[in-house]
Amino acid sequence: MIKAILIFNNHGKPRLSKFYEHYNEDTEQQIIRETFHLVSKRDENVCNFLEGGMLIGGSDYKLIYRHYATLYFVFCVDSSESELGILDLIQVFVETLDKCFENVCELDLIFHVDKVHHILAEMVMGGMVLETNMNEIITQVDTQNKMEKSELFSFQSTRQDR
Amino acid sequence: MPAVSKGDGMRGLAVFISDIRNCKSKEAEIKRINKELANIRSKFKGDKALDGYSKKKYVCKLLFIFLLGHDIDFGHMEAVNLLSSNKYTEKQIGYLFISVLVNSNSELIRLINNAIKNDLSSRNPTFMCLALHCIANVGSREMAEAFASEIPRILVAGDTMDSVKQSAALCLLRLYKTSPDLVLMGEWTSRVVHLLNDQHMGVVTAAISLITCLSQKNPDEFKTCVSLAVSRLSRIVSSASTDLQDYTYYFVPAPWLSCKLLRLLQCYPPPEDGAVKGRLVECLETILNKAQEPPKSKKVQHSNAKNAILFEAISLIIHYDSEPNLLVRACNQLGQFLQHRETNLRYLALESMCTLASSEFSHEAVKTHIETVINALKTERDVSVRQRAADLLYAMCDRSNAKQIVAEMLSYLETADYSIREEMVLKVAILAEKYAVDYSWYVDTILNLIRIAGDYVSEEVWYRVIQIVINRDDVQGYAAKTVFEALQAPACHENMVKVGGYILGEFGNLIAGDPRSSPLVQFNLLHSKFHLCSVPTRALLLSAYIKFINLFPETKATIQEVLRCDSQIRNSDVELQQRAVEYLKLSSIASTDVLATVLEEMPPFPERESSILAKLKKKKGPGAVSVTELEDGKREGGELNGGSDRGPDAAAMAASNASTPSPSADLLGIRSTAPVNTAPPSTGSLLVDVFSEAGPAAPSAAVNDDGFLRDLEQPTETSDPLLVEGSGDSDSAPPSEDPAPPLSEADELLEKFVCKNNGVLFENQLLQIGIKSEYRQNLGRMYLFYGNKTSVQFASFSTTVSCPGELQSELNVQSKPVEPLVEGGAQIQQVLNIECLTDFSDAPLLNIKFRYGGALQNLTLKLPVTINKFFQPTEMASQDFFQRWKQLSQPQQEAQKIFKANHGMDTEVIKAKLLGLGMALLDNVDPNPENYVCAGVIQTKGQQVGCLLRLEPNAQAQMYRLTLRCSKDSVSRRLCELLAQQF
Repeated sequence: MIKAILIFNNHGKPRLSKFYEHYNEDTEQQIIRETFHLVSKRDENVCNFLEGGMLIGGSDYKLIYRHYATLYFVFCVDSSESELGILDLIQVFVETLDKCFENVCELDLIFHVDKVHHILAEMVMGGMVLETNMNEIITQVDTQNKMEKSELFSFQSTRQDR
Repeated sequence: MPAVSKGDGMRGLAVFISDIRNCKSKEAEIKRINKELANIRSKFKGDKALDGYSKKKYVCKLLFIFLLGHDIDFGHMEAVNLLSSNKYTEKQIGYLFISVLVNSNSELIRLINNAIKNDLSSRNPTFMCLALHCIANVGSREMAEAFASEIPRILVAGDTMDSVKQSAALCLLRLYKTSPDLVLMGEWTSRVVHLLNDQHMGVVTAAISLITCLSQKNPDEFKTCVSLAVSRLSRIVSSASTDLQDYTYYFVPAPWLSCKLLRLLQCYPPPEDGAVKGRLVECLETILNKAQEPPKSKKVQHSNAKNAILFEAISLIIHYDSEPNLLVRACNQLGQFLQHRETNLRYLALESMCTLASSEFSHEAVKTHIETVINALKTERDVSVRQRAADLLYAMCDRSNAKQIVAEMLSYLETADYSIREEMVLKVAILAEKYAVDYSWYVDTILNLIRIAGDYVSEEVWYRVIQIVINRDDVQGYAAKTVFEALQAPACHENMVKVGGYILGEFGNLIAGDPRSSPLVQFNLLHSKFHLCSVPTRALLLSAYIKFINLFPETKATIQEVLRCDSQIRNSDVELQQRAVEYLKLSSIASTDVLATVLEEMPPFPERESSILAKLKKKKGPGAVSVTELEDGKREGGELNGGSDRGPDAAAMAASNASTPSPSADLLGIRSTAPVNTAPPSTGSLLVDVFSEAGPAAPSAAVNDDGFLRDLEQPTETSDPLLVEGSGDSDSAPPSEDPAPPLSEADELLEKFVCKNNGVLFENQLLQIGIKSEYRQNLGRMYLFYGNKTSVQFASFSTTVSCPGELQSELNVQSKPVEPLVEGGAQIQQVLNIECLTDFSDAPLLNIKFRYGGALQNLTLKLPVTINKFFQPTEMASQDFFQRWKQLSQPQQEAQKIFKANHGMDTEVIKAKLLGLGMALLDNVDPNPENYVCAGVIQTKGQQVGCLLRLEPNAQAQMYRLTLRCSKDSVSRRLCELLAQQF
């Protein structure tokens, strides 16, 4: 099972955190910091797996991560998941984000945190993988967008921001 | 068209985020956030009804603030309101907020449940998915209660959309994990299993996670999934890369699903049906063959996906451990990966090989890669990989390559990463001991270990080297010589001083013949380190000095001088001061004979499993060590600090008690009242103190020791007083044919003793039998007291203890014959020595025969020896407990019973019983304070079985639920049976 999915940038700023087990806010923040600390000190070209930090459960959990440009994508998983499988899953996630946002970059994640959550929700649910087929995921996201657009249209005229 | 167009974002949100990003300082950021929180709060509280768009915008802002690590304590109600909107946008953001911010304890659950219920029945697939997601994310008990029966219906209904089915499967899985008792699969089982055949690969992908989890818990009910999984796998593996279209990932057909299918099969033994098995073997061979084919793409994703399947296939082959051909192929494949340029593959290959090394079919094949692995240890840039290499070296070590591997690990230690040093030290110490043919090599290795990585050498390691040196007289001289040489180094680690002090104190005489290591030289060498050492080490050195006085009378004056100086005799540390005073006094008033007796050489330690192993297991968790037993912090403390010092102390005490007529305390002339064997070590009695740095465990250890120490004495009035009174009613002549209680009744007697060790085992008008027993590790001693309640003599009194059936090979019980005559009103005693060889379920039988006034009495009883007697309690923190609980998740490892309370449900009584059981009762572990959780390790000769217990009382229903998880399934079942009668 996937215990947590974290995205943070090269400076450790969280861009997405999704925990599939309940922790209080403080612990969540500490886990993000600890994970960043563990992952960021690793060289490029070393392997993509390492044992989890103490807060997340130590050596029974693995951190599987990929580093794309300015962002780290980290999945914390237990021993029931295939390491390479998760690595592929991260790739699918990133490719999906890339399709949805057209050349995704860190700013997209910052300004559309809700969208990122929705896309992730189409892939992973309650810590288990729901769908790995990118086209299927994008179709679902598209459907949602269309519904959103049609609703948005109805009150766009009256909106006033801030 | 991109799925998210950038123009339609919410401007207010974008502005807010930009503001935050432009903040120059943390303070500015907090200020901006607080301003925004106030703004949102006032908007939410304001009179004007917010439109959906605004609500959505504010909730998004809150999410963003939350992500930055700030507490959000409002907005929940607004989010819940959004759920009941019929606009998708609003509903969606409401659900998002709740899944990120509402935990399972929230009071809002009831309101949320209502909204979910509406959405589930809406027949709108998008809404249904949102609702199912929310249940899966929150997964609280209330939600399980509300929806556990509804979701299986959605999952298997013919008209459910595929996307909803997928969500329903995972939603159900989540509920099953949090509240297994509420998810009753029963009638749905077969239809759920058949989801493996579903047309839609996404449905299979989601369903397989559910089926895997259910299979682990109920393997029998779900075993039809094996053949379905095999045929599904076979269809994927043999398909062309284009067949599965969208589920083909970089030319690999459905890699994720393949991995999951292979995982599911790992829940079961190899298929019994020949055809299914043949098909599976074919699949596995195809997967292995494909690994050799040239890649269809140069992209790393292609090889990742392909190898993900390959590694799972290899895991399955290792799990079956029955196809030598496949095992060797797997091993060769991993061998190739060991030298692959992809670091990930090297890492995974090392990891898989570790498990392969424990299979008898492939152990030799794994060993051929030793050079590559050693090379990896030396040259890998990545510490994760080096660590796996060290693990593998440890796993592949046997007698043939131990010297090479230990040497390599030692040389690696000099440069090893700090994070893995301690573990490496333990591994080296274990291998050195396990495969030592010649103990001088062992001593060299450990001393090297202390030299190279002294800081990481835990107490366990140096205690162990001393135990071994004491027990093996062929190595004592060598050890003394080597440690003497090691101490010559100008700077040597304090652990080296400890070992040196102890060994020279015991065996310095063996090298004293050489003028270069004459007694005085030895003493001066040790004393030159004294001032640099910590208090416990100094205390140990003082003990070594007094031993020197005995070994080498010529050093007496010098040592007395040292003891007499102010820095010793007036040391501010009470322990050191007391030792100095006592030793000085002892050396001046005791005669040589007395001195020699008191300071006799340590007797051999009782043999037991290496405690270092336990420590390693603790560090790594059971999964990482090939033996699947559970380790425990407490035992480690008990065995090493307590145990190994208890060992020698007890033995030393026994020796001195045996060889001197009066207790040794009298000899000291210092404390004449307290008998030495009950004095806690910290009071500084001479022999006890060698390991007195044992810390907090020591005092209790000393108390526990009482029983053992007294072994040589008669256990007297401490035994049950009832026995003595028993003769009171002897006048009333009993009927000559006193019926022996039937065995079933004796079973009840047996139950009486599950949680206690002493008491009356049996009583009738003639005879009363009391027992008193004590257990340590896998050994036990039971005292049986036979009291003649009549005034007439029992003649031809004899007893036999037998182990019926299988028990013979599980338990070893030895008894001494008893006196054939038992006078009226008298009591005789019999001692049984019990050794637990492996876990057992039956009880040994005690048969008693005697003549009373001419009539032959014959009586058979079950002896209350139950498996729990061999428990060692294990203290652990909540986190460790749950971690291990999860590790023992195989269905056979768990035994559960729900039963009505037989007695009152008084907390203190329950606690006392659980403690009597022998496990450690752990506080603050279970989130529900009403529940009890315990942990312990059963010690048998052959192995240790880790056990975890959870007892959940339900006071209203007067019921209990008892769950046991043990590393051995027979133990779980037996303990569950035994315990269900106790509460």
